Amino acid sequence: MTTARVMQPGAEAAQAYGSSMGGGQVANLGDILERVLDKGLVIAGDIQVNLLDIELLTIKLRLVIASLETAREVGIDWWERDPWLSAKAFDRAADGRDLEQENVQLRERVKELESGRSRREIPRTGRKSRGT
Amino acid sequence: MEPNGTWVYAITERVDVTPLAQIGGVGGRPVRTVAAAGLTAVAEDVDLAEFGEEALRRNLEDLDWLETTARAHHRVIDAVAQQGPLVPMRLATVYSGDARIAAMLTQREADFRSALRRISGRMEWGVKAYADRQPEASDDSAVTAGASRPGGGAGAAYLQRRRNQLTAQKNARRETLASAEMIHAELARYAAETRVHTPQAPQLTGIKAPMILNAAYLLDGTRGEDFAAAVAALADQHPGLRLELTGPWPPYSFAGTGEEGGLT
Repeated sequence: MTTARVMQPGAEAAQAYGSSMGGGQVANLGDILERVLDKGLVIAGDIQVNLLDIELLTIKLRLVIASLETAREVGIDWWERDPWLSAKAFDRAADGRDLEQENVQLRERVKELESGRSRREIPRTGRKSRGT
Repeated sequence: MEPNGTWVYAITERVDVTPLAQIGGVGGRPVRTVAAAGLTAVAEDVDLAEFGEEALRRNLEDLDWLETTARAHHRVIDAVAQQGPLVPMRLATVYSGDARIAAMLTQREADFRSALRRISGRMEWGVKAYADRQPEASDDSAVTAGASRPGGGAGAAYLQRRRNQLTAQKNARRETLASAEMIHAELARYAAETRVHTPQAPQLTGIKAPMILNAAYLLDGTRGEDFAAAVAALADQHPGLRLELTGPWPPYSFAGTGEEGGLT
């Protein structure tokens, strides 16, 4: 079932569509901060505060500053390392070195096992152990 | 304390401040206007003890202060946007006085007018897509169960299973990302302009499912309903994704006057 709620950001709520939503998603502080901190027109006022200099924004709230450009400026690129969000990163991880390496290790281990030289358990080689 | 600075919320052509009297601004003083070059800055007098450079550095680190101030900034901008097109200013745009604001308006008049023309009669809508259905995690139990009987074929079977798992994961991710692109392309047809923002982190959204699309759409005032219907239809077509529609917003994502990446 598709759920739909109609509310305005001013009312701090949102419409949500989705099968498992179960209700509207409140337009969170993040939505507002994303816009007032990262969007909106930048004109140098008389008071010079570079928002990117603010420690808060680079530490506690760094994930709020969501534009690629500003985030890169302050070194926030978590999504580029998150294989879920980056097809490129994922392909690199899945097709590239990691898988190759895993295959080499597995083939060696399989050879070992099938030749009966070892009775040790195959080490778990799930995703958690990859890429470390 | 006497106010000695002026906080600017937005630039517009004209605004009636009467309805704004009920709306609390960032510093608790009445929202007022500064006019020059046929443009109007929506502003509020503030104490530099709280909104000066030193103070801002300190206060912006305070999440409670930041939240209160960000919401107040947004509240005023949202109220002004109900009256007509406006160019929202980024948080913490503070001037030393009206003369400086007037000079800024005069100097950038052409930019502002061009931005206001683009935005006129339009509002921003936001759409986020979350990947609700994640690929199956590696099935370690099946892997070890197969491997516990070493002998001809078990290892090869393991490798095959592992390969299948990785392929399935990869395909699921590719499909999900492709769906997000298709959704954006479809929704962009309704919009005068679009901006694709970086997905927000789960820590921020409070939603475990990864956000795979975070886009803003500048829509003509009459297209909101069609757009919402399109989002609902796309949600039905993509059961593995959760779509979230917010809006209408003041056109924060489209405020650039040309120098900051907006359309010229």
